[in-house]
Amino acid sequence: MSGQAFVDQLNKKFGDKISGANLENLDPWIEVTPDGIVEVCKYLKEESSLAFDYLNSVTAVDYLHTDAKKAAKADWEPHIEVVYHLFSMQHKHSLVLKVIMPRWKDDQEGKLPEVPSVAGVWSTADWHEREVYDLLGVNFTDHPNMRRILCPEDWVGHPLRKDYEMPLEYHGIRGR
Amino acid sequence: MSSLIDDPRVIEFDVRTDEMLVNMGPQHPSTHGVLRLALRTDGEIISEVTPHMGYLHRCAEKIGENLTPRQWIPYTDRMDYLAAMNMNLGWALTTEKLLKYEPPEKARHLRVIICELGRIASHLVGMGTYGIDLGSFSPFLYAFREREKILDLFEEACGARLTYSYITPGGATADLPVGWTQKCLEFLDQFEPVIAEYHTLLTTNAIFIKRTANIGVMSPEMAIDFGTSGPVLRGSGISHDLRRDGEEIYTAMYDGYAFEVIAQQNGHYPKDHNYPPVPKEAVLGDCWHRFYVRMLEVMQSIDLARQGIERYHAATDGYGEPLKLKTKLPKGEVYLETECPKGQMGFYLVSDGSDIPWRTRARSSSFSNLSVCEPLCRGCLIADIPAIIGSLDIVMGEIDR
Amino acid sequence: MAAFLSEYTWTWLAYIIAAMIHVGLIINLVAVAALVFIWLERKISGRIQDRLGPTRVGGKFGWLQTLADGLKLITKEDLCPDGADRFLFKIAPYVSFCAAIGAFIAIPFAGGAYPWIAQHLNTGVFFVLAVLGLEVFGVILAGYSSASKWSLFGAMREAAQVVSYEVPLGMCVVVPVMIAGSLDMVVIGDQQAGWFTNWLVFHDPFTFITAFVYFTCAMASVNRAPFDLAEAESELVAGFHTEYSGLRWSFFFMAEYGSMFSVSILASVLFFGGWNGPVPITDLLGLSGAEVGTLSWAVAQALGLANVLLKGLLGVCLMIWVRWTLPRLRIDQVMTTCLKYCTPIAAAMFLGATLWQYNFPGRAFFNLIPMSDAVLEVSEGWEVESNDPDEEEEQIARGPEETGGLL
Repeated sequence: MSGQAFVDQLNKKFGDKISGANLENLDPWIEVTPDGIVEVCKYLKEESSLAFDYLNSVTAVDYLHTDAKKAAKADWEPHIEVVYHLFSMQHKHSLVLKVIMPRWKDDQEGKLPEVPSVAGVWSTADWHEREVYDLLGVNFTDHPNMRRILCPEDWVGHPLRKDYEMPLEYHGIRGR
Repeated sequence: MSSLIDDPRVIEFDVRTDEMLVNMGPQHPSTHGVLRLALRTDGEIISEVTPHMGYLHRCAEKIGENLTPRQWIPYTDRMDYLAAMNMNLGWALTTEKLLKYEPPEKARHLRVIICELGRIASHLVGMGTYGIDLGSFSPFLYAFREREKILDLFEEACGARLTYSYITPGGATADLPVGWTQKCLEFLDQFEPVIAEYHTLLTTNAIFIKRTANIGVMSPEMAIDFGTSGPVLRGSGISHDLRRDGEEIYTAMYDGYAFEVIAQQNGHYPKDHNYPPVPKEAVLGDCWHRFYVRMLEVMQSIDLARQGIERYHAATDGYGEPLKLKTKLPKGEVYLETECPKGQMGFYLVSDGSDIPWRTRARSSSFSNLSVCEPLCRGCLIADIPAIIGSLDIVMGEIDR
Repeated sequence: MAAFLSEYTWTWLAYIIAAMIHVGLIINLVAVAALVFIWLERKISGRIQDRLGPTRVGGKFGWLQTLADGLKLITKEDLCPDGADRFLFKIAPYVSFCAAIGAFIAIPFAGGAYPWIAQHLNTGVFFVLAVLGLEVFGVILAGYSSASKWSLFGAMREAAQVVSYEVPLGMCVVVPVMIAGSLDMVVIGDQQAGWFTNWLVFHDPFTFITAFVYFTCAMASVNRAPFDLAEAESELVAGFHTEYSGLRWSFFFMAEYGSMFSVSILASVLFFGGWNGPVPITDLLGLSGAEVGTLSWAVAQALGLANVLLKGLLGVCLMIWVRWTLPRLRIDQVMTTCLKYCTPIAAAMFLGATLWQYNFPGRAFFNLIPMSDAVLEVSEGWEVESNDPDEEEEQIARGPEETGGLL
């Protein structure tokens, strides 16, 4: 199934919950609004012509230039993207979903953006979402166990954010 | 009192006893590195397993955002350090996919030879350490004896024995030395009959079967749901191998190779008459099958390496010079998974048009494979935990990255 | 020996001196044997695993390796964990070690009218089993007092395992005891004099199977792989001795190898002829019998000693071989092996041997089939020997002090 066909089918079904698509990219991706992601994922998994039963990966990308000069030149506003890579064992096709949202919820620094968790759809998402939360600071609501996974529980900050700064000191260990 | 135990956490006992919290690891001999399992046990029975990882976390993904793809190759070595060649390949192919670069034919066959040898080396460790997990020490040394020979071959090809950084975007850092393929063929001829030894010591050993058959049974649905991959997935009877089902850029490497996916289909493994029979105690998806799939893959990798050597000699073009250290990456993002010994290793590369990636991400197979241990270990005995964790064949370097 | 010494000094002093000599000999034997076995285990495991094992210490073959390790262990700090019960923690290794060595008191190294044995007990088999069973207390104490959960797991496993394996082990031991008609190990051993066909393992099909069941159970009761669940390094880190270091740790190993040796010697006395070699070489050379001189007697006894030690060594080597070949069983499978297989088989063998004795009283399997005269002559010889009136008189003359306090 081609990228356009996916988009058409999803658009027909979910309307404005599919907020965009990029079909020129090497791996075409479809953009979904945060409140629609669980619904869309459930449909993608259960619809037999799609049957995306395998979740390869959940990750996120932080878009922010810490350098003011570069930020002025950039053609995007600072935002964060959660990326879902899906695969179908049955049809052997794959799909990329994206949820794009601001870096902080309500533009308040320190308030993590929220996306509903898809751990109920694929169990893979459980740990992968924990990793995204840990490293990029995206809060997955309704997640069964939203804790840090790679960093220690009392770690401050989310290391893969572009504006992250290594703490000077952690439990007496020199950081920088 | 019902004798049927559905969920061991809710059993009512005649005599109430306290549950015990035990820490298995991070310095435990059979957690394959620095994995820590917090066990909630009632005597010998496990009621809950909570894995804690991150002891080896060094945020390789953040490092990747400050280096060019070729510079990041050594960091991929240190992910699955038992099969570093395959890690190199995964990242090299991801970069090539973004660059739309096509390596020369000779380089492709070179990569096949090297990666299949890497797969054998990794499965040998998996097999040997599994023996140790079950209390049998000798197969480990038999496995390492053969692995050493592979490492010798690798050393000759690239100068390193563990972290090779051999396969790079573009091809490989150097061509295979003169006479290398001859040595490799000699090794394969010598190695093939040795596998029967492993089958005698482990696969068909009565105690081994008792310890692994019907332990940690994972249904195909569960295997897919938890995103497991590699031998863990195929051990549950799902015929899925990226060397056949992967993306074009990866399957092109294996074009024309005689190759079958090792997974039990309709009660039979491909060519199973050559191998020891499946014992009647074994259930599809248990530890024994995961181990068996690994052993069969070793046989298959020998075959693939032989075919690779033939094709390598037939190819006339170059081995693929590595790309320049600072190659401008086109704007865009790619995700590519390759079939590594432990499972599907995925790399995600986002580029903003400079020579340094905007975001690198490694989706590790062991990470997803390990996530299944929580439901698998529930209700088993303490002695089954090494058996289950060992059959998942995890490498902490890859999980923690 | 005490009787001999009491001719020269007070009786009480004679007993003390005799006891000291015996203890000295036994401790040295066990300690040296343990050193040799540890070295042997390394060499054998090395060869099994396609490597060399120790090669350097002591010149050739690394034969001083264990001694070097012992030196290292002595210099290590004697650690005691914070939460541990210090007293129990410290005495636990000694309990194990004493039990392992104590068993040797009643083990004969050569038989005959004047057996080489520290204390000739007419319930020797019983004594050895009972004392060997005490070893488990050391392990349980160690696990209990270490303040470590892994140690506790190991101790509990050990307790469950050893207690259940005592049952089939005891049953297996009863079979040769019944055939010999005595609990006295010297009597049991002497009955097997002559050709190897007289060994109790070849007495009848039931004893043959019993010997193997005995060996399996013995391996389990001394915690050797595949039954080494109390240590189980891949599951319980190091089991009951997780928290031990230095010399105390090595005492556990001395105890383990000591008890391996003692169960192997017990097997050799009960089933494999004890001090009687496969060929009655002393008879053929004319070294045995009532009328030979002291020197000939000593040579014959020394040959007997060599036989016992060699058979014990072979038993230990077999255990080493098994350990480096097989994976470990799980705790429930160990118990299954014991309760569902070993115990019923041992019981059935006991019953079978009883019926055999009833049907063919005093006749071994090889006596039933026609044989060459020479073999028959020798194999019938033991019946005459054991009924030797001199020996019986001798036993009566020695009195209850020497034949054991239980009578």
